[in-house]
Amino acid sequence: MSDATGTGGRTGTGEGRDRKTRNADMKHPAEPGTVRATGPDTALGTGPVLAKDPGSGTGTGTGTGTGTRLGGEGLTLAYDQRTIARDLEIAVPDESFTVIIGPNACGKSTLLRALSRMLKPAAGRVLLDGRDIHALPPKQVARTLGLLPQSSVAPDGISVSDLVARGRYPHQGLLRQWSREDERIVAESMRATGVADLADRYVEELSGGQRQRVWIAMALAQETPLLLLDEPTTYLDIAHQIEILDLCAGLHEAGRTVVAVLHDLNHAARYATHLVAMRGGSIVAEGRPSEVLTADLVREVFELPCRVIDDPETGTPLVIPAARVRVGA
Amino acid sequence: MSVIRTGSGHSIAFRPRALAVGLGCLVVAAVSSVFAIGSGSGDYPMTTQQVIDTLLGSGNPADEFIVNDVRLPRVVTALLVGGALALGGAIFQSVVRNPLGSPDVLGFTQGAATGALVTIVVFGSGSAALAAGAVTGGLATGLLIYALAWRQGVHGYRLVLTGIGITAILTGVNGYLLTRAQITDAARAVLWMTGSLNGRGWDDAVPLLVAMAVLLPVVLFGCARAMRMLEMGDDAAFSLGVPVERIRLTVLASAVLLVSFGAAAAGPVAFVALTAPQVAKRMTRSPGPNLVPSMCTGAALLVLADLAAQRVFEGHQLPVGVVTGVLGGGYLVWLLATERKAGRI
Repeated sequence: MSDATGTGGRTGTGEGRDRKTRNADMKHPAEPGTVRATGPDTALGTGPVLAKDPGSGTGTGTGTGTGTRLGGEGLTLAYDQRTIARDLEIAVPDESFTVIIGPNACGKSTLLRALSRMLKPAAGRVLLDGRDIHALPPKQVARTLGLLPQSSVAPDGISVSDLVARGRYPHQGLLRQWSREDERIVAESMRATGVADLADRYVEELSGGQRQRVWIAMALAQETPLLLLDEPTTYLDIAHQIEILDLCAGLHEAGRTVVAVLHDLNHAARYATHLVAMRGGSIVAEGRPSEVLTADLVREVFELPCRVIDDPETGTPLVIPAARVRVGA
Repeated sequence: MSVIRTGSGHSIAFRPRALAVGLGCLVVAAVSSVFAIGSGSGDYPMTTQQVIDTLLGSGNPADEFIVNDVRLPRVVTALLVGGALALGGAIFQSVVRNPLGSPDVLGFTQGAATGALVTIVVFGSGSAALAAGAVTGGLATGLLIYALAWRQGVHGYRLVLTGIGITAILTGVNGYLLTRAQITDAARAVLWMTGSLNGRGWDDAVPLLVAMAVLLPVVLFGCARAMRMLEMGDDAAFSLGVPVERIRLTVLASAVLLVSFGAAAAGPVAFVALTAPQVAKRMTRSPGPNLVPSMCTGAALLVLADLAAQRVFEGHQLPVGVVTGVLGGGYLVWLLATERKAGRI
């Protein structure tokens, strides 16, 4: 599993290289299969939100070798009586940018909901750090795993900084409502997502792209080593889609494990280090985009005839749907 | 947002504006209370100085009787009922994420009225049983609405529409119960249903006081911060570590109890639960359920309304529910119009 980690996709930046060497070092301290002992407090508990110092050892890697903090075993997922997926096995590689793709109603959002403990599996278990996620205290989970849901409501008349500050909830208590640490991390989260200048604006007067960055800032303020995003680019124009994905890539490079559901295959190919393709409630293929995303796979998963070429910008796979065959031509 | 921090790492956050609104309302409530005691029901005028002296324990025996046994219980009941109804309303409006999601509109106050009517008409019993009947009725209505409208969460118009339907049914039931009653019972029941503070004594205030003493800490210390997270949607709250269903059940049960006990003490005083949280929200201008400011606003509102009810027509007391009904009904119309303009209906 950890082979896929950090090797795919984005190389060439200084941070990317550092991350790779760090992963290599981390294979030694513990045997594969060791359950990670680190609590949510040690992981990403200190240090800046972005641009973490790779040598500081505060990342998610302390004491692990298997490289999967989040996964599911034998998952059967159902809403009421309707079964969406059966016997799913998934392991999210640590420090990967995992992207789940698949046609509508293939169960990808359902899988993300299960991984974020929003949906309790009808059978099987979701494991976070080796323990059943539903057996862990909710606030503890919320300090380890953040989710950007599709349908969030900004309360009337809330300012950007107030909304981002709500991301600190799992770190707060009745007698610890707003520490200096909270203040610092909220400011950093807003800087990292480029919304610091909007701090005093009302959320309802922002554009769609700005608003999405504010929600991401809130998830960031939650300070979780794992971040799950449910279709973060939906309803955004192409420029804002790329902006959001670049932001996510930056969060990934800073040491976070990012899991996203995306619709656009080319975006998925470009940004993912680990790609999971689903169809009809099962995982059809997973691995590095360059290995997984082939014309055959797209035909199998989406029933779409296409060609796959190299993206001239990044060298990642680029899916070109076949031209329409004109009747009588 | 302002913060008080201690050296030991504790911190309390508050909004100065919300604090000012709460304190302002309390001052208004206190001043109106003193005024209401001084000039209140009955022909025994007292000066403000006399009232304050008596309240502080240095009045003459006659004053003490009038204040402590006659007029103070009424004012205290008004304060408590206003606070309880407003807090219940604020909770509902926050959970339903809609200003119309108030206990008045959803049928809880009607349900409490049905419970009270049953005890008056069928059992013909006294005020303790009446209070118990009102609480039972309110809780039963809560369970009914829960059963009919809960699926997939409670927000949106599903709950509001279900509540409107239930209100209509309960109004019919209440009408039927009245036709079955003895004329004296019916008169007493109608007065109670309008919402009145006339002749309220400590017997009426104490059960509500006890209920609030239990429920306020549960809501304000146990759930208030989680409720702010809930306003962003179930998913967002859940991912922040809020046990969504548990918090929602706790606060809704508390709200139903607050409203029912409030109604038990003074009858289903109309529209306080709808109006007070909205007024408070506009004064504090801050997001969130505004629980404490709403409560203070409700207390001030009801004391003022009761004062008006006693004074508007010389020598003729109105039930306070008439005053809040006229004011709150007008407010509801205005609210519907603005919601319509904002495209939310």
